[in-house]
Amino acid sequence: MSMWEYANPKRFMEWTAPVVPWAFGLSGVLVVGGLFWGFFLTPDADKFGSTVKIIYLHVPAALMAINAWFMMLVASVVWVIRRHHVSALAARAAAPVGMVMTVIALVTGAIWGMPTWGTYWVWDPRLTSFMILFLFYLGYMALWEAIDDPDTAADLTAVLCIVGSIFAILSRYAVRFWNQGLHQGTSVPVVTGGRTIADIYFIPLVICMFGFGILFIALVLLRTRTEIRARRMRALTARAARA
Amino acid sequence: MIALLLRDLRLSVRAGGGFGLGLAFFLIVVVLVPFGVGPDRVILTPIAPGILWVAALLAALLSLDRIFALDFEDGSLPLLATAPIPLEGVALSKAVSHWITTGLPLTCVAPLLGFFLNMAPGAYVWLLASLALGAPALSMIGTFGAALTVGLRRGGLLLSLLVLPLYIPTLMFGAEAVRRGADGSGVTAPLMLVGVITLGCFALLPFATAAALRINLR
Amino acid sequence: MPELGDYTAYVISSYVATIVLLAAIIGLSWRRSRRIKRALEDIERG
Repeated sequence: MSMWEYANPKRFMEWTAPVVPWAFGLSGVLVVGGLFWGFFLTPDADKFGSTVKIIYLHVPAALMAINAWFMMLVASVVWVIRRHHVSALAARAAAPVGMVMTVIALVTGAIWGMPTWGTYWVWDPRLTSFMILFLFYLGYMALWEAIDDPDTAADLTAVLCIVGSIFAILSRYAVRFWNQGLHQGTSVPVVTGGRTIADIYFIPLVICMFGFGILFIALVLLRTRTEIRARRMRALTARAARA
Repeated sequence: MIALLLRDLRLSVRAGGGFGLGLAFFLIVVVLVPFGVGPDRVILTPIAPGILWVAALLAALLSLDRIFALDFEDGSLPLLATAPIPLEGVALSKAVSHWITTGLPLTCVAPLLGFFLNMAPGAYVWLLASLALGAPALSMIGTFGAALTVGLRRGGLLLSLLVLPLYIPTLMFGAEAVRRGADGSGVTAPLMLVGVITLGCFALLPFATAAALRINLR
Repeated sequence: MPELGDYTAYVISSYVATIVLLAAIIGLSWRRSRRIKRALEDIERG
């Protein structure tokens, strides 16, 4: 059996029905547990004082904000090539979640900026990139809302997502050229392996990252199920109107 | 393709074609800025390159929804889709005609408007150069946005929302080139990057534009 | 409650903001899911 079987709307509804509550439960445990650990059980850092506790919100949200866009890109490409409706609907379902993650990253980043940099907002490369990412989410969602025909909307938003991704990456490097910035480098560089963050902060942070990730999956599944139902409802109403 | 280009150019200079509206808008925005920030030359001189670039970008945005809307309304767009030239060629020709009617005049008057903003003397030639390199990219990106929203009744506002984030890299490099020109540091890198964006846009976006048009004409 | 020192307001406000935003997206997704599900069931029953 091919993996694409799971993308059949009926099969998708069947296998996601039991997964959604478990995913919500697991993410709830991880997010609450990770944040509790981070908030109550970790000491203050030398440089940051107690503001280090913001990392448990800021970093996972920023991670998911980018991964959500990446997931939308993959789903859009799958829709364009294989024309699985679930794929297009999943991309649509992920956009508002990704946007909320972007907003969380921006808000917590701004609040964190005040005690460490002395200002809520600097046009720092990373902050600016996230602002631009937010604008991309806004445009993508607005295009979905504006078009009536679901297949046309799916096609056009997929084209926008693919072109937008290229420009988003371009903006990322343009921003770096434009301003060097204050933001510290990543604390958890996956590629190089080494990390600049002590274990005592790292473990709750990883728990929060997984928690946010699974929360994202749970929300996308729930919202995709809603979109599938909404589409079916639309089809049924259209059929009833013709009859 | 040349015939299509000439037809679009002729239509746009004719009355009601909107030719010159973008220029007037550009002029008004630039004149408004000193009213907003005050007449102090110490403030105006350093922000002049950015203001001129942003104003040029907004002026280019203004006429984007006309690129395909008129052809879509009178039914000539489906005809163009079945014409012997590929739809990618149509997209390219539309972008070029938008550039000739909007981007090129904007580029030519931008140095004149620089006087009103007390722009640094060294920046004029780089303003001209960066706009000459960057304005075609603005037209091409805008044509893509116009193709996405062509079937919508009130696509104008949505078009701005979609296109403005795509303009960001061009704006950054373009304005940066002029700023560097003003204070005499090296302009080669940002200017080349603007050129790279323009070339990249013209190489890739006609395909995306044509794809969007096909979806909308289905 | 751990001692947050000078930064109490910053830390608490970022936690509150995050929780509010997450609750909003979860709440909205859940409410829309319920509404659409019920509407679809109504239609399918005829």
